[in-house]
Amino acid sequence: MFEGTVPLAHYLTLSAVLFVIGIVGVLVRRNVIVVFMSIEIMLNAVNISLIAFDHYLNLSNGQIFSFMVMCVAAAEVSVGLAIIIALHRNKPTVNLDEFNLLKW
Amino acid sequence: MELLIFYPIAGLCVALALGVILNTSPVGSAMCLIGMMLGLAGIFVLQQAHFIAVLQVIIYAGAIMVLFMFVIMLLNLKQAASADWVSRDKNLYITILTSALAIGILYKIVDVTFMADLDSPAELPDTFGTVATVGESLFTDFVLPFEVASLLLLAAMIGAVVLAKPKLD
Amino acid sequence: MDWITEFLDELWDFIVQSLADNIPLIVGSVKAVVIAVAVMSVVPFLVWLERRLMGRFQVRLGPNRVGPFGFGQPMADTIKLLFKESIIQTSADKFLFHLAPAVVVFTAIVAFAVIPFGAPFEIFGQNIELWGANINSGILFVFAISGMGIYGMVIAGLSSNNKYSLMGGLRSSAQMISYELTLGLSALSIILLTGSLSLVDMVKAQETVPFILIQPLAFLLFFIAGVAETNRAPFDLPEAEQELVAGFHTEYTGMKFAMFFMGEYINMVTMSALVTLLFLGGWNSYGIPVWPIVSFAAKVVFLLCVFIWLRSTFPRIRYDRLMTFGWKVLLPLCLLNLLITGTIKVM
Repeated sequence: MFEGTVPLAHYLTLSAVLFVIGIVGVLVRRNVIVVFMSIEIMLNAVNISLIAFDHYLNLSNGQIFSFMVMCVAAAEVSVGLAIIIALHRNKPTVNLDEFNLLKW
Repeated sequence: MELLIFYPIAGLCVALALGVILNTSPVGSAMCLIGMMLGLAGIFVLQQAHFIAVLQVIIYAGAIMVLFMFVIMLLNLKQAASADWVSRDKNLYITILTSALAIGILYKIVDVTFMADLDSPAELPDTFGTVATVGESLFTDFVLPFEVASLLLLAAMIGAVVLAKPKLD
Repeated sequence: MDWITEFLDELWDFIVQSLADNIPLIVGSVKAVVIAVAVMSVVPFLVWLERRLMGRFQVRLGPNRVGPFGFGQPMADTIKLLFKESIIQTSADKFLFHLAPAVVVFTAIVAFAVIPFGAPFEIFGQNIELWGANINSGILFVFAISGMGIYGMVIAGLSSNNKYSLMGGLRSSAQMISYELTLGLSALSIILLTGSLSLVDMVKAQETVPFILIQPLAFLLFFIAGVAETNRAPFDLPEAEQELVAGFHTEYTGMKFAMFFMGEYINMVTMSALVTLLFLGGWNSYGIPVWPIVSFAAKVVFLLCVFIWLRSTFPRIRYDRLMTFGWKVLLPLCLLNLLITGTIKVM
């Protein structure tokens, strides 16, 4: 009953569920920071499936790829948060819908 | 044993991910996200990718989320406006459509993988997922992407400094 | 009701079977409890040591009334703190406010899990190893867990709803991110020399010569970064009394306040143990006939005294100087050291 292994599909399902939660977060929320965090959820979700395929097919490509995903995430977050700070300096809000001006 | 560990962690991760997008305060969202990342590190350990699990904790939970917290503190966003988490009116239909589409596509992907014969993991060598194994293929087969990634990080670093620096004029 | 009993039977069988299969797991749990209790019981001794030594450094007596040599003082303090009223101001975020001290102590104790403190020996036919776990990337684990320790301070600063606490949290997050780089990069030169991330292998590589003689610059950088990571003076900006009242733990009282200190002291012990393992040769005693564990403990206590010595000698650094020092002095030196080490290693 408690023996056995988890089938690959369950790892992929977890990954898919988290990815959809991330998409919904990006589309629904207005707060820039939370939208950013939802993007992080999506990147993490992708990592699960990469690692799961590695584990089931005995590869190491997926681990390398998730390493690269982490690099990209780090780069993206550092630049993105800098942009948020720069935006906040010009217009003191974090509401995405208020950033609808081309110039201020 | 794997079952006993996987399903609770997976459930916790989904709950925390929902917590990220449903929380009213950014601090709460960030805390949920940290919890989710630690949970995912647990899942990586379960899949014997120890190096990636440690990296997940160091990079995501230890560095990226600290940056998030830093910005939340810097902008003093402890309590967001109560209307903040309500859907954006203009995109409501687009949101529903996109989510439905995404769920559909992902359902199809999962469905296809269910058909494949991948119910139990491959016979893994002892060295699977160790720093040595991952490092070796990182510096032989994937050395070009590795160098490009370092350039990307350098560019991001310079970009962040330039963007966040107040204009001196 | 039948299926419930069936389920319970099955669960019981499963538990018994897995216990029988996992004798190492049981040994591991016992070791985990012993290590956690030992680490926590070091704290009162350390408090006593710090107060006595600080007294001597500042040409006064220090606490000497409770028990012989003031040994009872930490006990008296603990009892006082336990009976203090726990005050939470109404504007605080209750859940995060309670979570913060727990995070600090938890991460501090967990980081100690992979620290080896003696050579393995045989008892009752079982080979007992004096470490919680020898995972193949031990040093990465320590860095990962100590990176999590930042959240305790950040959460405390955010949830207190007090601008001094917020400033303390802000400072601690910036400081720890900056100095973590130096810490990691100076440890990297040792990793280069040993070719392993396991702390046990690092100690074994120092059987003839401790790495402090080969890598003096890396030792210095690692130790400075370690002092900054544990938020000790002269890098105690997050809790600078004169500027920020008490920094991130301004609003804390009673035992929750004491837990922050416990976390800080345990981190000090962990950092001293790490420096001992990486640079001072761990439990190798280099010809002096003592038990390995005594040699290790002596080195750790010496480093702890150095921590206290630093606190009573140096004035606090200004915040912008701290950042400049970290990014413009320590980090380039680290990279230079790494470059030279790598070049020598290749040649």
